Amino acid sequence: MSLINSMPEMVLTTKADEVLNWTRKSSIWWMLFGLACCAIEMMQTQAPRADCDRFGAVPRAAPRQSDLMIVAGTLTLKMALRTKLLYEQMPEPRYVISMGSCANCGGLFQLAYSVCDGVDKVVPVDVYVPGCPPRPEALTEGILKLQEKIMKEKWLVRKEPADDSPTAA
Amino acid sequence: MDATGIHERLKARFEVGVGECNSTAKDPCITIDPAAIAAVCRFLHDDPDLRFDCLSNQSGVDYKAKEQIQVVYHLYSYPHRHRIVLKVDVPRETPALPTVEGVWKAANWMEREIFDLLGVTFDGHSDLRRLLMPEDWIGHPLRKDFVEPEEYHGINTSRESLLR
Repeated sequence: MSLINSMPEMVLTTKADEVLNWTRKSSIWWMLFGLACCAIEMMQTQAPRADCDRFGAVPRAAPRQSDLMIVAGTLTLKMALRTKLLYEQMPEPRYVISMGSCANCGGLFQLAYSVCDGVDKVVPVDVYVPGCPPRPEALTEGILKLQEKIMKEKWLVRKEPADDSPTAA
Repeated sequence: MDATGIHERLKARFEVGVGECNSTAKDPCITIDPAAIAAVCRFLHDDPDLRFDCLSNQSGVDYKAKEQIQVVYHLYSYPHRHRIVLKVDVPRETPALPTVEGVWKAANWMEREIFDLLGVTFDGHSDLRRLLMPEDWIGHPLRKDFVEPEEYHGINTSRESLLR
């Protein structure tokens, strides 16, 4: 403590989990995954006016380099299989934002024979962004919500198996 | 040239296969026999007075009550600025037509789409695969009696919560 107290403006103390989470939330690289008109708003979110780069969120062109998949648009059954494949190619920890009504629940096209009503039927979703399509502000809010979620994660806690847990005295 | 003139040209050229002309419709149309459609399309494309060089659209309709599927050709001529619609009825059980891909290259994908959604086969087509639906899809969704499968590769498609 004496060392820290001697250099108060140069040293920060924190928890290991929070450092890990802070680095992860500050460099969310998202995969370009535009399926329909929501993709135009996703481009706007990345463009200078909304500028998601200031939160460390930048688009990448490959799933193997990405932490986040923003499913932007109507998910057809044909594309659903590809979506699952791309999700499995992403390295962990990986996150999914479902952007817009179509990705959330099928939206306008939910009763069509070719449409998968909700991307959460194929991959687990972390944040749902409502709207048709959502404005860039809404998607930015979704990314901020995801950052809040990332900050709450615990990586260093070792989960004990439920069966072997010692019985309380 | 108006629809009646085009119909007369076709009647003069083909003894059989050219049916009635509905010239009062908003899009005047001529009914053609399935056996004659390839020759009629070739003539409409090549004849210097007709010169239908553009296949604007090609689509299909399922008339279940009449046990027929109708394939519709929308033609336009850029040199002469006239247009016509051809309609061909094929039996619903065994729908087959000769391809017009050799006349208009644009027919390639449109015939694939009709094959995909309505199940009409086009003889002589160079690449008759499904265009819109997945390769392993079963059935033709725009047929009136199409029943959607309960699931597709483990994805539930019953949509019960939406149909309440």
